[in-house]
Amino acid sequence: MSPDRTRVGATVPASTRAANLRALRSLSRAMFSGFVRDRSALIFTILIPVLFLVLFGSIYKSSSAPKVSVLEVGKVRLLDQAEAAAPGQLGKVLAVTDSASLAAALGDVRKGSYDAAVQQQGNTLVVHYSIASQTTAGVVQAVFSSIVQQADQAAAGRSGGYALSTRQVEDKSLKPIQYLAPGLLGWAIASGAAFGAAITLVGWRENKLLRRLRLAPVSTGSVVLARVGISLIVAMVQLAVFLAIATTPYFGLKLTASWWMAIPIVACGTLAFMSIGLLVGSFAKTQQAATSIANLIILPMAFLGGAFIPLDYAPAWIREVSYAMPLRYLVTGMQAVMARGEGPAAALPAIGILLGLAAVLTLISLRVFRWDDV
Amino acid sequence: MSATISVRDLRKSYGSLAAVDGITFDVQPGEFFAILGPNGAGKTTTLEILEGLRKADGGEVSVLGQRPWPRNPALLPRIGVQLQASSFFERLSAREQIRTFASLYGVGARRADEMLGVVGLTEQAEVRAEKLSGGQAQRLSIACALVHDPELVFLDEPTGALDPQARRNLWDLLRQINADGRTVVLTTHHMDEAETLCDRVAIMDRGAILRAGAPATLVRGLDSPVRISIESGLLDTAQARALVAQAGGSAEDVSDDGVSLTIATRGPAVVLAGLADRGALAGLRVQGATLEDVFLQLTGREYRA
Repeated sequence: MSPDRTRVGATVPASTRAANLRALRSLSRAMFSGFVRDRSALIFTILIPVLFLVLFGSIYKSSSAPKVSVLEVGKVRLLDQAEAAAPGQLGKVLAVTDSASLAAALGDVRKGSYDAAVQQQGNTLVVHYSIASQTTAGVVQAVFSSIVQQADQAAAGRSGGYALSTRQVEDKSLKPIQYLAPGLLGWAIASGAAFGAAITLVGWRENKLLRRLRLAPVSTGSVVLARVGISLIVAMVQLAVFLAIATTPYFGLKLTASWWMAIPIVACGTLAFMSIGLLVGSFAKTQQAATSIANLIILPMAFLGGAFIPLDYAPAWIREVSYAMPLRYLVTGMQAVMARGEGPAAALPAIGILLGLAAVLTLISLRVFRWDDV
Repeated sequence: MSATISVRDLRKSYGSLAAVDGITFDVQPGEFFAILGPNGAGKTTTLEILEGLRKADGGEVSVLGQRPWPRNPALLPRIGVQLQASSFFERLSAREQIRTFASLYGVGARRADEMLGVVGLTEQAEVRAEKLSGGQAQRLSIACALVHDPELVFLDEPTGALDPQARRNLWDLLRQINADGRTVVLTTHHMDEAETLCDRVAIMDRGAILRAGAPATLVRGLDSPVRISIESGLLDTAQARALVAQAGGSAEDVSDDGVSLTIATRGPAVVLAGLADRGALAGLRVQGATLEDVFLQLTGREYRA
């Protein structure tokens, strides 16, 4: 142990533990009061993200993809006939992709990767579609019923005619609100946690409160834990407010079975982004600098990590870049369990990556941590 | 009884600058001790090493019989440290601030509220720290340093940014803290503050202690003349010179700037009696040497805080 450093996590006897617990409680109370009395912080962490949700949610309420993407399961002769009857026409409205199995195709439709899956059973064309976007659903039905009608006319009752059977997959594909809500929530949580940590650290260093606390018989752990606790509370409030608003009938967010797994994802995301804030706070000299640097990190990440622009519709290069963005894992993890209907296990990769990031960055922060400016 | 603070040949450098350059001093239990000197003299660095905030490069430091570095949790509850007036939690009221600090030391809310009364802030209990005046904030800061009833109190420039009235109010509080039996160590660049408050001062300049002792002893050791001044025009220069000669001085000891006639003398009794005889006592001021004169003599420089 280098003599110039105070050890951060030394083992402590039980009496000290009680004292640390008491310190933790009073520090948490002090920080919490300080936070809720800070109007700009409340506006920044709660109001603005909610405003974004309301605005984007209203704007994108009835948007639809212009072209219908279809998965072809097995051989669908009717599609070939339609193509043969009017070459080039079909491609204008349908983008057809081959799919190996029905189950995989239905999963893709459910996730919203494709608009419909189509298979042919004898003379019946079976179309599995999602009503997530009603416009798209309408287009799917119209296109396929016209294909069946044309085929029917061509066959002219020769072999008993063709029939169309439409089946709705579960209503789990992503409506705009269902990627908007997790996306904006992810951004809100990321900025809340990063700014909270960075500004507290720099502010307390600037006004020497950090040094004052170092002179009190309190462990560094109590101070850090108190700040983590407050950030977790703030993040959970953000989650609750977002869900409350997004699930109103107007916005129509439908939470899927494992939505509660969003809670641990949010907690881990908070830790990860707090550690980013901690690192920023270790280098920044003033609160203004800390704010600017944190903005410089979080805002581009919101665009590149799928928070503002859904990755499914984003250009390929953004999808590539997004893998390097911690925010991606927070957002896609929440989308998977809240909106795509995937099981609880779907949250685990996100949780693992976010926790790993938090651990690595916290270790780095501890190495560059300064109590004082000098 | 052993010294509360014992410092031997303490050294601390920042790069090539020797901020503290081999100082040695003791502070006795119950003493009111000041480290006095201009900005950049090394006062704050010395204090920070005593508090355990900095590691010394060399020398021995013992505070209440223990080593302050590395951070010594056994020592912390026994010392009280007042930093700057602004070291508070954001957006908390005076009462919330002191209760928070109290609880960090395991001290209850009642004692915290009492402390607020001691520093005269009961009426400001609901006021947020940012809204307090400079003097009030300084009082709150001192209350927070005292809430756990420490044996030893460090005050770093406690009256630094205060107006003269607020400074004097604070002096009463500081005297009271010391009168309660605590050892108090303060740094200041105000000569008058050290002279008024302290049992002993160490005069520090450029990282070294030039001299230490009771303010009166230091001043007396100068053997400098007493300066007696009266209103101009009460006495003409010839009369004044005659008086000075009687007291064993020379003509150069008399000066008149048109407002005051000033006589510097080592025989103040003779001069004062002579002035009284001539009925020339209007606007009388008698000034002995001050710590500023001590500083001037020690460094050859005028004292500039």
